Amino acid sequence: MTAAADDEIAPAKESPETPLRRFVADFLASRLATAGLVLLLAVIFVALFAPLISPQNPYDLASLDLLDGRLPPGSQSAEGMTYWLGTDDQGRDMLSAIFYGLRTSLAVGALSAVFALAVGTALGLVAAYMGGRVESLIMRIVDLQLSFPAILVALILLALLGQGVGKIILALVVVQWAYFARTVRGSALVERRKEYVEAARCLALGDTRIMLHHLLPNCLPPLIVVMTVQVAHAIALEATLSFLGIGLPITEPSLGLLIANGFEYMMSGKYWISFFPGVALLIAIVAINLVGDRLRDVLNPRLQT
Amino acid sequence: MSAAPLVELRQVSKRFARPLDLAERMARSLGATVSERVVHAVDRIDLTVFPREVVGLVGESGCGKSTLGRLVVGLYEPSDGVVLLRGVDRGSLGREERRRAQLRAQMIFQDPFASLNPRLKVREIVGEAPRVHRLVARRDLDRRLDDLLRRVGLDPSYKTRYPHQFSGGQRQRVGIARALAVEPEFIVCDEPVAALDVSIQAQVINLFVRLREELDLAYLFISHDLGVVEHIADRILIMYLGRIVESAPTEELFRQPNHPYTQALLAEVPRLDRRRRSFAPVKGEIPSPLDPPPGCHFHPRCPHAMDRCRREAPALREIAPGRLSACHLNERG
Amino acid sequence: MSAGPSEPLLVVEGLRTHFFTRLGVVRAVDGVSFTVGRREVLGIVGESGSGKSVTGFSILGLVDPPGRIVGGRILFEGEDLTRLPEGRLRALRGERIAMIFQDPMMTLNPVLRIETQMAEAIRAHHPDVTTTEARELARDGLARVGIPAAEERLSAYPHQFSGGMRQRVAIAIALLNRPSLLIADEPTTALDVTIQAQILHEVRKLCAESGTALIWITHDLAVVGGLADRVAVMYAGRIVEQGPVDAVLDHPLHPYARGLIGSVPSRNRRGVPLQQIPGMTPSPLKLPVGCSFRTRCTRADDRCLVMPELEPLPARHLVRCFHPYLEVVS
Repeated sequence: MTAAADDEIAPAKESPETPLRRFVADFLASRLATAGLVLLLAVIFVALFAPLISPQNPYDLASLDLLDGRLPPGSQSAEGMTYWLGTDDQGRDMLSAIFYGLRTSLAVGALSAVFALAVGTALGLVAAYMGGRVESLIMRIVDLQLSFPAILVALILLALLGQGVGKIILALVVVQWAYFARTVRGSALVERRKEYVEAARCLALGDTRIMLHHLLPNCLPPLIVVMTVQVAHAIALEATLSFLGIGLPITEPSLGLLIANGFEYMMSGKYWISFFPGVALLIAIVAINLVGDRLRDVLNPRLQT
Repeated sequence: MSAAPLVELRQVSKRFARPLDLAERMARSLGATVSERVVHAVDRIDLTVFPREVVGLVGESGCGKSTLGRLVVGLYEPSDGVVLLRGVDRGSLGREERRRAQLRAQMIFQDPFASLNPRLKVREIVGEAPRVHRLVARRDLDRRLDDLLRRVGLDPSYKTRYPHQFSGGQRQRVGIARALAVEPEFIVCDEPVAALDVSIQAQVINLFVRLREELDLAYLFISHDLGVVEHIADRILIMYLGRIVESAPTEELFRQPNHPYTQALLAEVPRLDRRRRSFAPVKGEIPSPLDPPPGCHFHPRCPHAMDRCRREAPALREIAPGRLSACHLNERG
Repeated sequence: MSAGPSEPLLVVEGLRTHFFTRLGVVRAVDGVSFTVGRREVLGIVGESGSGKSVTGFSILGLVDPPGRIVGGRILFEGEDLTRLPEGRLRALRGERIAMIFQDPMMTLNPVLRIETQMAEAIRAHHPDVTTTEARELARDGLARVGIPAAEERLSAYPHQFSGGMRQRVAIAIALLNRPSLLIADEPTTALDVTIQAQILHEVRKLCAESGTALIWITHDLAVVGGLADRVAVMYAGRIVEQGPVDAVLDHPLHPYARGLIGSVPSRNRRGVPLQQIPGMTPSPLKLPVGCSFRTRCTRADDRCLVMPELEPLPARHLVRCFHPYLEVVS
């Protein structure tokens, strides 16, 4: 080829990988994060399919045998079923109880994080875009919210509202929305000053459209990171509340409650009733944090071109 | 020009004030001398752009040229003064009229990386506004997109790609296509080639010139690069610290700059033909717009400053047909 | 160990600096050779991706992984910088060779006062200098770059200076120990015209006073025209044309250099489209076979499928091209 290419039709840079593929490749570059991801997927799998994979339904009172109570790990039941992780004082198979507990913990944690995300994002976006008094008002409430320890706020709320899954989730949402609002407002403020938002205003696109179609998608990366970390946070918080006895009711025990149940036996050598639920909680939270950390690094705009 | 101006600014000013927060207000009520920090970005500017005209706006950082560009296009509201679009005060327009007027004046931005939404494909970036404002029938939208992309020198197949897949020069072209999609009659170009490589600058400048001829556009071309502005503009305005200090047709400005600041700019801009020259630069720093010097803003750096310049800001006066300058030196003799 | 007065101060031979990225090897600098004499000003001109900045960094050994120097020699006052241990390089940096960057904050520490930073720069190479002496040297340094009220400004922090002033401070620090060579990587690109003029004036004056050679890396041909004695034009990691500044800017031989110079608006007439170089800079990961400029060149033919060598012509003018514009040489 001798003649130079026609400059009028400028060729685009070829990108051999789509943004998604590059993101996945970057993420998996860390072995630790990949391990965390595998662990997290295992935890989610267990949580989803708990009823199918548990050796026993620990909340079906008919299947329990009180005489099998407080058996150490590895013991056999009358029917020949192995209690891999032992039993609690009611004769429940710990393994099954943990599976169901994981399910509840994860569900409550995820649901509350999702609702908190929705509320916090909406308020954070509005604050950033509207500015002025609206922003001041919203951010003062956020600051107020964040200056109280989460446990305290949750305790007070639950004391007022009483027990129940719905109420726990509500309390967790109230405690968490402020993180999301602050994060979204921060990135929305940065994005709002960018020229593509000015261009959208120049093109007379409405405020709502700009917020939802232009600002929000560009605020997602830090949101995703906060979301994963908040799920872990919510799970831990709920476990604490349940441990303290004001969390979920006995009928839908989470890992926290299981830990609480077995606490009295810790000193008498029957460690497994608290220990294993504790380990399961630890694994779930560590897995989520590993994935969240890696997401934060990969999505860090400074490391991107 | 006998036609009516497309845009006219009369004594437009823009101030940015950071309001005192609660703590500062309390401090002030207790007697502390805390005042609002006010930036006088633009100070009593008169500006006119006629159809099919290219007006160059030149100045250094802090002069307010970007702010002025945004005032013209409607992204900012003036603190004082009036912006007239085809003779009608923009502030007096109703919502629907305002929307339609907004589409007639568009803007091209400086940073090719920040001026395109990274999450949208080119098709959406360029096609969103005409679709939302129903300027084009849905079934014609694709064809129109293709035409636009070809017009700015991009292959229509690129409408499925994302901004990060393009170079700086190509992104600017996408930005231009986006502006053209709503069929404006006037485009404010805010340093559109400053961030591009030299060889790409030439391509994009040529594109601007060609589009102006093909589409009968008027431009307000903002730049700090006198060489570029000399090539493309019919008339040039020189801005310093929020004020216009000189206005003249391009050739006359370069042949015979009147205002001392213009003279300094032209003397100091490196030119390809000047070799191993001794620089005799103007002394002093560009003042901050937070704290502009009294009287003529340029007097601390002006080699001809007189006592009057410290006290009194010179008015922008006609010194020859079509030439304006704001300097007390012009009133002598 | 230093070179004699007639020998060149810096000799770069066949420098190759490659970046080993996930997507492939980027040959940022791929066979660059030039010399800089004492007190000489060399301008290195190129657009983004030409490798001009990486060349500057390579000389000082400041290339970070995934990049490294993979070949060539850099002879400074007789020593080969590519073979020196880090300790010796550190002794040279700031003492015999200094560098200033586009962003002065790459030189300045935002949390230290100016006098602290300048004293540090002096004491790093002359530990026996007392604090008082260092302070005086620092104050003189500031005054020499034209900073008013130098005595008070010493105790200021970088953020209290404007952009132009900060760059002057960075230059003052660079010249404190009177290096033989100053490498400037686009130091005035982000500055306004009037401030740029001031900085250019100061740098020229100071280098002439202290006998410092200067390598000025920029994309701005006009700045190079006003400042340099010799110019090297880079494209895709190689020097494509090199010579005395008047020769290169008035009679460019290489099609790229010619196109670049021709596209500057002041070289064109109003109302006529600017001359432009067709196409785009190729991706460094996929350079064309042979001459890197081949795909954009109007004079290219099959000969150009082989990379041309940098050929010397009379008057120290070199060009890397099989079809240079020789007709117009006067």
